[in-house]
Amino acid sequence: MKLGYYPGCTLKTKAANLEVAAMAALDHLGVEYKELSRWNCCGAVFSLADDDLIHQVAPVRNLIRAAQQGCDTVVTICSQCYNTLARANKMVRENEEKRDTLNRFMDEEPDYSGEVEVVHYLSLLRDEIGWEKLRETVTKPLEGLRVAPFYGCTLVRPEEVAIDAVDQEIFEGFITALGADPASFSAARECCGSYQMLAHPEEGMNRAAKVIAAANRSAADALILSCPMCEYNLGTRQANVVEFHEGLDQVPTFYFTQLLGVALGLDPELCRLDLNGPAAQELLIDKKFIATAAV
Amino acid sequence: MDTATLTEEVAAKTIPIYIMGKRYEVPETLTIMKAMEHSGYQYIRGCGCRGGICGACATVYRRAGDYKIYTGLACQTVVEPEMYLTQIPFYPANRASYDYESSQPTAETIYQLYPELFRCVACNACTKVCPMDVEVLDYISALKRGDVTAAAEISFDCIQCGLCASRCMGEMAQYHMAQVARRLQGGKIAPKAEHLEKMCGDIDAGTFTDVIEAAKVMTEDELKKVYTEREMEPHMGADEWTPASNHGLA
Repeated sequence: MKLGYYPGCTLKTKAANLEVAAMAALDHLGVEYKELSRWNCCGAVFSLADDDLIHQVAPVRNLIRAAQQGCDTVVTICSQCYNTLARANKMVRENEEKRDTLNRFMDEEPDYSGEVEVVHYLSLLRDEIGWEKLRETVTKPLEGLRVAPFYGCTLVRPEEVAIDAVDQEIFEGFITALGADPASFSAARECCGSYQMLAHPEEGMNRAAKVIAAANRSAADALILSCPMCEYNLGTRQANVVEFHEGLDQVPTFYFTQLLGVALGLDPELCRLDLNGPAAQELLIDKKFIATAAV
Repeated sequence: MDTATLTEEVAAKTIPIYIMGKRYEVPETLTIMKAMEHSGYQYIRGCGCRGGICGACATVYRRAGDYKIYTGLACQTVVEPEMYLTQIPFYPANRASYDYESSQPTAETIYQLYPELFRCVACNACTKVCPMDVEVLDYISALKRGDVTAAAEISFDCIQCGLCASRCMGEMAQYHMAQVARRLQGGKIAPKAEHLEKMCGDIDAGTFTDVIEAAKVMTEDELKKVYTEREMEPHMGADEWTPASNHGLA
């Protein structure tokens, strides 16, 4: 496998805490990859309009870039990047007419017909490393940490690009491999509130409140995510959500890659916990997984 | 040979071109700019350096039987038979004003000035139309991911002709965004050039004032003499060669 890494814009800015530990972990696990040197925005939201091919240009161009750079597989961490790239790839593979239209439109690029495989980081861990080997590599098992995994929408919808079938529970396998306890969590595959948080804040907050309430009911110590938008709605905005809805308790949020970094015993600075807010760091200090808070 | 006596055999062959839809016969060796002048157009604006740098003479053309749009600078591009062309010396584009001194050297500065940046769909029409072969989409993509330095470097050859903006379906003014990026990079991100700062200090302190004042009152012949007799580094000089006088510099 010639593995390329497609970062996505947000991981290079606001969500550095999703990226840095993930890449350090790949190095640590001996997975060879190269970060794409040339790429553009993934498109962020997959366009559902059947005749709206212009919004497929951005993801397909990235797949062309991956192929140009000699990759047969491209891994992404952000749920939304995964979703747009995987769905565009599927469309190119299956729809000859649209593939032809796209190739003609992008006549300055080599033709593309879906040669590159798009995988999410969690799938890569499961399929290339395996939970058993990951468990053996963990040096700081997260014992006694009850973790609620939040899949959100775009990792598991639609079914044909889902990283996991409903009954497979890839996140649960990941959490267990880190030595933590997965919390059964009824809102794991709900919507975080998405862009509604800006357009219709009240509806957005109601959505987020449902997720936090379910996390509270599962007695989770922490909520883990793989999407910067979910993190914004459930993490950054959580204090507002909890204030807005009675009876909710705050629950620290992490990107799943940060807990991976901690469990592998990577330099805590690589986990960029400074971007998570104090509650997340205090939890890890209380549990004695890290020594001191990052600043 | 006096050009006035050129015989027909050695004069350049003429070819038909279409300027704003009107047919003209022009010598095939001319640039678009020269061909327009040959055809009777007089440049008052839309023509700057004539050296491919100022960005004033961006030209759009099509070739006979070809649906593609081609671009070039009128002062640099040689005419082709049957080309249909027009110059686009100026393209209206939103240019945000901002206070440089108080601007943070981050992509957020550009996001606030040009939120339309996020309308980019990666169609790449900007790159295709750029007469300087700047990878416009790549610097726009760099800005979207917060990399001001990369945007400044990728856009370095931009001459601000505005053709990218003319083709953008997101109605962006890419080149103005890139200019903010280069200004932030040059003044606030790149390491300071200490030797430049020292030289500016030397100039302010009057180190060169006497030399300049003396030159100002020289006759043309005296200036030429000083120039031709100036000390030059020998072609095969040793590595450690230095000029005998650095005009007072330490």
